[in-house]
Amino acid sequence: MDLDSITVMLRSFWTVWLMLLLTGILVYAMWPGNRRTFDDAAQIPLKDDGQEL
Amino acid sequence: MTSATLTSGATLGSQRVSEDVRYHEDAIRLFVIAAVFWGVVGFLAGTFIALQLAFPALNLGLEWTSFGRLRPVHTSAVIFAFGGNVLFATSLYSVQRTCRQHLFGGEGLAKFIFWNYNVFIVLAALSYVLGYTQGKEYAEPEWILDLYLTVTWVLYAVQFIGTVMTRRESHIYVANWFFMAFILTVAILHIGNNVNVPVSLFGMKSYTFVSGVQSAMVQWWYGHNAVGFFLTAGFLGIMYYFVPKRAERPVYSYRLSIVHFWTLIFLYIWAGPHHLHYTSLPDWAQTLGMTFSVMLWMPSWGGMINGIMTLSGAWDKLRTDPVLRFLVTSVAFYGMSTFEGPLMSVKPVNALSHYTDWTVGHVHSGALGWVAFVSFGAIYFLVPVLWKRSQLYSMRLVSYHFWTATIGIVLYITAMWVSGIMQGLMWRAYDNLGFLQYSFVETVAAMHPFYVIRAMGGVLFLTGALIMVYNLWRTAKGDVRIEKPYVTTPHKATVGAA
Repeated sequence: MDLDSITVMLRSFWTVWLMLLLTGILVYAMWPGNRRTFDDAAQIPLKDDGQEL
Repeated sequence: MTSATLTSGATLGSQRVSEDVRYHEDAIRLFVIAAVFWGVVGFLAGTFIALQLAFPALNLGLEWTSFGRLRPVHTSAVIFAFGGNVLFATSLYSVQRTCRQHLFGGEGLAKFIFWNYNVFIVLAALSYVLGYTQGKEYAEPEWILDLYLTVTWVLYAVQFIGTVMTRRESHIYVANWFFMAFILTVAILHIGNNVNVPVSLFGMKSYTFVSGVQSAMVQWWYGHNAVGFFLTAGFLGIMYYFVPKRAERPVYSYRLSIVHFWTLIFLYIWAGPHHLHYTSLPDWAQTLGMTFSVMLWMPSWGGMINGIMTLSGAWDKLRTDPVLRFLVTSVAFYGMSTFEGPLMSVKPVNALSHYTDWTVGHVHSGALGWVAFVSFGAIYFLVPVLWKRSQLYSMRLVSYHFWTATIGIVLYITAMWVSGIMQGLMWRAYDNLGFLQYSFVETVAAMHPFYVIRAMGGVLFLTGALIMVYNLWRTAKGDVRIEKPYVTTPHKATVGAA
């Protein structure tokens, strides 16, 4: 089996790869250890506004 | 607010910075002015063509003022001129604040983008009136204007993404994800749908490279994702910055915003075929488009819940802050039109609704209720900040604008629901001998009263926008209207009444 046919074979499962990617993102978003990071990120718009140039 | 400075040695993410953050605002003021100007032009054009439909004599017997030529002037003015300038202003404003960094490329690049984009708008509008069009909805400008826009858009992408890449905040805030998805996808869509072969090097006329049903599919891949990424993802970027900012509380769930973003991105790009139900597009493609459209209901409502629930614990602000009322009502309209959209993409429903006024009503509940309202909210927020005023000229006038425009929208969409469903039912009615019961012109005559009501809705929406122009003008001048202020807490109101 050469590289081309492996590529073609893998590409035919593209919906599966996309689904796995999306699942990974959802796991990342819901991972308990990330709570602090996201709570901090939510505060970004409410921080100080800086100064106009 | 803008004169406040960072205290020396403030912690920003993992870094410590000691210098002040200085933001660029000159070009953003220009974008705001252009957005308000084009908004009025676009609403005026829309009201005029609505009146043309009710009273055809208003076509004036001239080719330049006929409905067919003025309709793309209206759609381009509201979507690309008004919406586009709003997106430039809000994205370039919020990216600096959420990245704690001034604009990459500076004020000069932003102004260059401003003039290029707005000259493009003028040239596009002129070309439609003079009869030059590719004949593709929302992609009417001919090939040479497409090339010009591509250059401008790439510069915008460089400025925005450059600012994100040079950020001094470790995390990329969710609004910036939505803005980047909007910028990148619109670039791909614009190029993909405008692969044209010019007839001559110095002529305007061109033909699409792909033809037949493939051409139709490319057009609606573009058309629906113009809705999905220009009018949705871009304006969701506005929601995720300006709703928390105005409500002075963080977004309801940051995790939900990540899920909202990625599910929307994964699903939207497939929904285009629902514009081609019961055509020569293969049946499986139609079903695919319908399925993805129905699935889109979930991320859309997730996002709507996230936006509205940001007010959780501060609902009283809706009563006392008409600007926040604009922002939150826009999110409610987002929920309503993203429920209606999947419904209309279901094939049997589409069999009734397609090519009727129901579609026009649906588009306007999204465009007026969601896109324009969230824009008005952001503009009312931005003008006092950008012109260094402590407050708007009048909050009461904001409220008058809100109610005038809301009644206008309600008149518009209810008229189009009744008119559209009636039209669909009349088209499919048979008599007992199997003949069509109504001729086409009978359906047009039946729609006349609803066209008049729709035009009245447009007049009200335009009136609201003119109230806004006056209010913003006086705000920029530094005036404050003497009026009854909104009482900020219910407790004080009770005391005041007693």
